[in-house]
Amino acid sequence: MTAASIMRAPTTLLPLHVEGLVFAAGGRRIIDDVSFRLDAATRTVIIGANGAGKSVLLRLCHGLLRPTAGTIRWNAPELPGAPRRQAMVFQRPVLLRRSALANVIYGLRVAGTAPDAREALAREALDRVGLARLAERPARVLSGGEQQRLALARAWALRPEVLFLDEPTASLDPGAAHEIEKVVAAMHTAGTKIVLVTHNLGQARRLGDEILFMHKGRIAERAAAASFFKQPASPEAARFLEGELPW
Amino acid sequence: MNGLGAAAAQAIHLIGSGDANLIGIVLLSLKVSLTAVVIACLVGLPLGATIAVGRFPGRHALIVVLNALMGLPPVVVGLAVYLLLSRAGPLGAMGILFTPTAMVIAQALLITPIVAALSRQVIEDAWGEYREQLRSLGERRLGAAATLLWDVRFSLLTIVLAGFGRAAAEVGAVMIVGGNIDGVTRVMTTAIALETSKGDLPLALGLGLVLLTIVLVLNAAAYVVKETAQRRYG
Repeated sequence: MTAASIMRAPTTLLPLHVEGLVFAAGGRRIIDDVSFRLDAATRTVIIGANGAGKSVLLRLCHGLLRPTAGTIRWNAPELPGAPRRQAMVFQRPVLLRRSALANVIYGLRVAGTAPDAREALAREALDRVGLARLAERPARVLSGGEQQRLALARAWALRPEVLFLDEPTASLDPGAAHEIEKVVAAMHTAGTKIVLVTHNLGQARRLGDEILFMHKGRIAERAAAASFFKQPASPEAARFLEGELPW
Repeated sequence: MNGLGAAAAQAIHLIGSGDANLIGIVLLSLKVSLTAVVIACLVGLPLGATIAVGRFPGRHALIVVLNALMGLPPVVVGLAVYLLLSRAGPLGAMGILFTPTAMVIAQALLITPIVAALSRQVIEDAWGEYREQLRSLGERRLGAAATLLWDVRFSLLTIVLAGFGRAAAEVGAVMIVGGNIDGVTRVMTTAIALETSKGDLPLALGLGLVLLTIVLVLNAAAYVVKETAQRRYG
């Protein structure tokens, strides 16, 4: 580490300022003039109907998509080529054809972790998600829930300041989903900012401190989770909860 | 029919008796074609991976050209290499025309586009699946290309075999740049062509059987490796 990077290190990635964000594709505004600020410590859950723009918003924030207009400004911008300080877990985990352990080590290698430190960090992360005994197993033959926990371990090993999750439990059974929620809660306790997109309102209640409710590419409502579920302020959110609650 | 039967019987006897002439031809064939495959992979695999994940002007044109080069006629490659290596040619001073080295060069030129074009396709498909995850981790394009090459390694095996099959089976290029010199540059395909025209059907047939067997065994081995690996690694 150089002196300059040590100087920079204490500066946090958060808060994130998003202003006038627009993302258009095929002549349609998928994200339509969205502005908000994300702070550390709270767990932000983004909900909304299919096609509301939740996943696209997440990808824009994480830098996987380029905005059509507007700005996404981190408190301390990530430098190109420097290790990422944010991570993302996708609905379908993408794992490499190598062992579970090697998948976590791979993430650490890309992040520039010193070679002799990688294995210990990777094993610790696997242990945190309960996969220590499957470390040597090829990643792609693990069960769906185990694969997603491995994706979380890969993210955790990087000690990200922010973790984006895009419907991480959408294709899992309730038992496996519960395991994922436990890990996400633990990462939050360890100090990682959680930004979660979910279709599961029970999960939104369990994991959310605040709710961002999206409707047709805009943020229709933003509220503390408790008050949102008790008494949504916007008619769109009220309709959404009414329609979704039985499920 | 009788002639064929007798020739086949003689051919099998020839193989069974370990005829030195036949063994020499087979070994030279393997040496030339395997060397060409190694060179084609060293160039073609990174090239295919780079084109698969890269974004640069002329990329689409390059893909079209590469795909077209898969159908390159061996005699044309042979002629081009011949012109390059002949005494009057730009590389004539090297004096390698009518040597196994010239044959390796011709075959490598012939199959590098095959390896590059097919691996480009496989890796581009994988890139579609891995892209967001690798970018999320902060992997750069060249790093991603290397990662993908390793991750689709079992699919690449089939491609490498296709390249070897093409190299081992072609006759036009090695005939022109090798000259089919007995004991020096005679390989299975050129020997088969020659012996057939001379009427020595047993030797031609014997070589044909060996060639088929080698290709068959290699493909079977690759199939088993690929299936086992995919079951193991998913």
